[in-house]
Amino acid sequence: MPYVPHTSADVERALATIGVSSLDELFADVPDALLDPAIDLSEPLDEVSLLRRVDELARRDHTTGPMFLGGGVRSHFIPAVTPRLAMQSEFVTAYTPYQAEVSQGVLQSTFEFQTMMSELTGLPVSNASMYDGASSVAEGALLAVRQTGRETVMVSRGVHPESRQVLQTYLWPLGIAVEVIDLDGLVTPEPVVGDHVACVIAQTPNFLGALEPMAAIGRAARDAGALLVAVVDPLSLAVLASPGSYGADVAVGDGQPLGNPMQYGGPSFGFMVVSDALIRQLPGRLVGQTVDVEGRRAFVLTLQAREQHIRRSKAKSNICSNHQLAALMATINMAALGPVGLREMAEGSVRWAHRLADALEAAGADVVRGARFFNEFVVRVDREPHEVRRALSRRGIRAGVGVPAEYGFGHAITLAATELTRQDDVDALVKTLSDRSLLPAHAGVL
Amino acid sequence: MTPPAATTDATPVVAAADRFRSDSFPLIFERSSPGRRAARPPVTDGDDMATLLGEEHLREAPPRLPEVAELDLVRHYTQLAHRQFSIDGNVYPLGSCTMKYNPKLHEDVAERFLDLHPYQDEEGAQGILELLFEVQRDLAQITGMDDVSLQPAAGAHGELAGILMIRAYHMANGEGELRRVVICPDGAHGTNPATAAMAGYEVVEVPTGPDGEVDVDAFRAALGPHVAAVMLTNPNTLGIFETRILEISRLAHEVGAQLYYDGANLNAIVGRARPGDMGFDVVHLNLHKTFTTPHGGGGPGTGPVGVKAHLAPFLPVPRIVRSGAGYTIEGERAHSIGRLRSFYGNVGNLVRAWAYIRRLGLVGLKRVSTMAVLNANYLRVRMREAGYTIAFDRVNMHEFVAQPPAGTKTLDVAKAMLDYGVHPMTVYFPLVVREAMMVEPTETESLETLDAYAAVLGEILERTAKDPEWISRAPTTTPVGRVDEVRAARKPVLRHEFSD
Amino acid sequence: MDTPDTLRYTRSHEWATDPADGVVTVGITDFAQDQLGDVVFVELPKVGTKVKAGQAIAVIESVKTASDIYAPLDGEIVAVNEVLNGEPEAINAGPYEGGWLFRIEPTDPSAWNGLLEASAYEAVAQEG
Repeated sequence: MPYVPHTSADVERALATIGVSSLDELFADVPDALLDPAIDLSEPLDEVSLLRRVDELARRDHTTGPMFLGGGVRSHFIPAVTPRLAMQSEFVTAYTPYQAEVSQGVLQSTFEFQTMMSELTGLPVSNASMYDGASSVAEGALLAVRQTGRETVMVSRGVHPESRQVLQTYLWPLGIAVEVIDLDGLVTPEPVVGDHVACVIAQTPNFLGALEPMAAIGRAARDAGALLVAVVDPLSLAVLASPGSYGADVAVGDGQPLGNPMQYGGPSFGFMVVSDALIRQLPGRLVGQTVDVEGRRAFVLTLQAREQHIRRSKAKSNICSNHQLAALMATINMAALGPVGLREMAEGSVRWAHRLADALEAAGADVVRGARFFNEFVVRVDREPHEVRRALSRRGIRAGVGVPAEYGFGHAITLAATELTRQDDVDALVKTLSDRSLLPAHAGVL
Repeated sequence: MTPPAATTDATPVVAAADRFRSDSFPLIFERSSPGRRAARPPVTDGDDMATLLGEEHLREAPPRLPEVAELDLVRHYTQLAHRQFSIDGNVYPLGSCTMKYNPKLHEDVAERFLDLHPYQDEEGAQGILELLFEVQRDLAQITGMDDVSLQPAAGAHGELAGILMIRAYHMANGEGELRRVVICPDGAHGTNPATAAMAGYEVVEVPTGPDGEVDVDAFRAALGPHVAAVMLTNPNTLGIFETRILEISRLAHEVGAQLYYDGANLNAIVGRARPGDMGFDVVHLNLHKTFTTPHGGGGPGTGPVGVKAHLAPFLPVPRIVRSGAGYTIEGERAHSIGRLRSFYGNVGNLVRAWAYIRRLGLVGLKRVSTMAVLNANYLRVRMREAGYTIAFDRVNMHEFVAQPPAGTKTLDVAKAMLDYGVHPMTVYFPLVVREAMMVEPTETESLETLDAYAAVLGEILERTAKDPEWISRAPTTTPVGRVDEVRAARKPVLRHEFSD
Repeated sequence: MDTPDTLRYTRSHEWATDPADGVVTVGITDFAQDQLGDVVFVELPKVGTKVKAGQAIAVIESVKTASDIYAPLDGEIVAVNEVLNGEPEAINAGPYEGGWLFRIEPTDPSAWNGLLEASAYEAVAQEG
């Protein structure tokens, strides 16, 4: 049997040691009515047959060709050295580093991660990572509610629709109200914040790709005694102003662009970085620097008394694990690229997105302008977004995240570029979207 | 130190200690030199950022990230890996954590599904969708539930999904205000009460009886029409199967409460008994435990939830459904509790779990639980022989709880084990046993490894009897010695401070 | 175990001074600080908070535990020991002196007489 070492002689020896006569006797506590029910599973496959089945499935997935999908996950450059180092078996098969003396690998790399996230966001205290960007937004809102004692959160419609849905899921059981701030065109207008509001949540670049006036939003929040929770793309922070610089109290987001593969949306990791005043409210694991008995630098999980295994029903969150391995990928990736490499990736993404927008516009497309955008922008189309996406997919191009009706653009999609975008890809997309014969139901997408 | 039997196995941590033991193992930032770097992305020239983005949106100074050459990067993270204990290095029998071998084959399988975007057209994702659909179906079969959502990112996240579904169910029945309480045993994992609180419930704990099982009288007394849910682990955190589970289930359902199964200990019964048959209405699984997706130093985990049919309308979205010849993503559902995270779950781990289930089949899964229970009972006897007291000394399931002899602290034994190159068990949990040592060897360890582990435990007591001071100095061969946790907590240093 | 006779005590290991001047000072006992070990953080109530006897109003954290601190009497918080924010170890160093937690102006000062006397508290502590 795979992965189980016991020979029949082992089983006999173990039963004799335990003092029972059969393996079934070990399950004597399980009522007979419950034991060995019919369970319908496929027959086991040997290694070769399993890999053949994997091939069969993987062949039906579209994994190559021009790629313009964004919406929170993007295809970025990941140097070979990143996964090779992160996926070393010591990192992959370790548990949570509770025994610090033999866990300095995970602990120190997490301390490095916390430092890097702090540098990117301009805020001092990063946790060791969370599940994903959307759930980090929700945890950020809960933090603000605890800190202020207020029970309403305001969220810009520019925040990713899925993040706002997760926010609802986390907040309804606690009776916390969510007020949505409508966009003015592509960006968030300066909100009117009442003194019942715990925080204002805004995302930049927002779901439509536009850069938000974060400083003005933050001022409105601060004047009402509310916190600013900034939802950010960490890669964009290689060139964009840091949340700390515009007065955000909390920065959250998804770490996928920092060296994690797309993996059909998961796992990547969420991050949360906060101001000093919020340390005690921060959910999730934290690694701190200290010394060992001989005075040598050492790292250890710290401030654990906030967490569920100690506070139980009084914990700041029920969160138990972090997304350590995905955060390690990001740590190594940031170290591999350095500040210059990250900046080049961000700049490449921005330049290709602007070239693509210009090329589409030149071909007659209705690109929605009116705000600065980063690596993603909105184009109006003449039919349901998923029909456009399918038509493109059949031409070998992965593009066209639908813009939901709530944004009021009618039929529209977003298109994203990265530093991996090439001129040939841009040409292919423009040509396909322009070719009426490819989309016969109407007069072409443009 | 005389090398004990256990260290004849690979002991990377101990070996590495000699090489890297130093007063200043550097941070990656301390290896940095301006102008160096390991990796270069494709560079695109063009307009400057101020022109494209506007000066007001730009950052003033670059982040101080490391600047290192590729070989320096490789050495740094390879050396850090050597300062890290792992299952691949040696036995790691943490109770309730199911630290079994993570097959290498699964890593190869997972690499085949990396380049898929969550928003790409479903027509071009039929392979992964079929795989995910099979995982949903197989987990429903294995747990005896009617339907499964793969969305939750971890066990605690699955718990939140489960308790929110129960809350939504009671609300739909007009009992949302009436049912305010969730019952947990006092031995429950900390996430259970934390989850209940996060879902807006009050928590009532019921005590463990003298036989190590839920005290049914106390349980009955705690029940009533105000109870929304009962959260149980079976076998429980003492490794004991709740023999009165059918009665507990009946009592809970009689007052209209829903029964929640914490799947942390499923490895004890996988393939041989199902929470659905015991009467549980909701279950979450920890794929990083029973289904051997790697723990990764703390995550990502994966915590799918399964439900009986009456709770299926409340499942989180999205779900993978079969439609005609293919598979699609169902993004909305009228009574769903909503979305718990973005996209479809931790797909990379779901792929690994799928490979495990396919590779083993039912016959293999039965072997898993049977050998896990055999190993735990074997080690229980060996630890008793080595001088440890077994709490609730009876035939246990996949784990058991032991205590060191009076006068010896569990913490000291754990630290001494590190010097022998083996990892301690879970210590000081469950809280209901003093100086608890909770041991779960899993099915993938050989009897020889367990013999060696017990021998280490015995030798530690013998040495301590001769030299009581010795144990308080351990460990001495690890990359660092005991760390000052008080200092870390009193004056938190949570990031590196640059000297410039 | 140091248990001054001049103080009154609770079963949850708080001490309270005689409300002669209308205000009661509250802390945790020497026994409690010894059981907790090194205190690393204290979460204090806000001045002006109205509290009920038996209500959890503060938290003391050691590395591996967090313990609720309960108000011994009904009343209003009139002062907290700000020193503990920077030096939580003051509780270990002097639980009855520098390590005091907060001051309550009791609604009914005579309720103090209903708290445990030193000898009764010592018996409680020895039971464990």
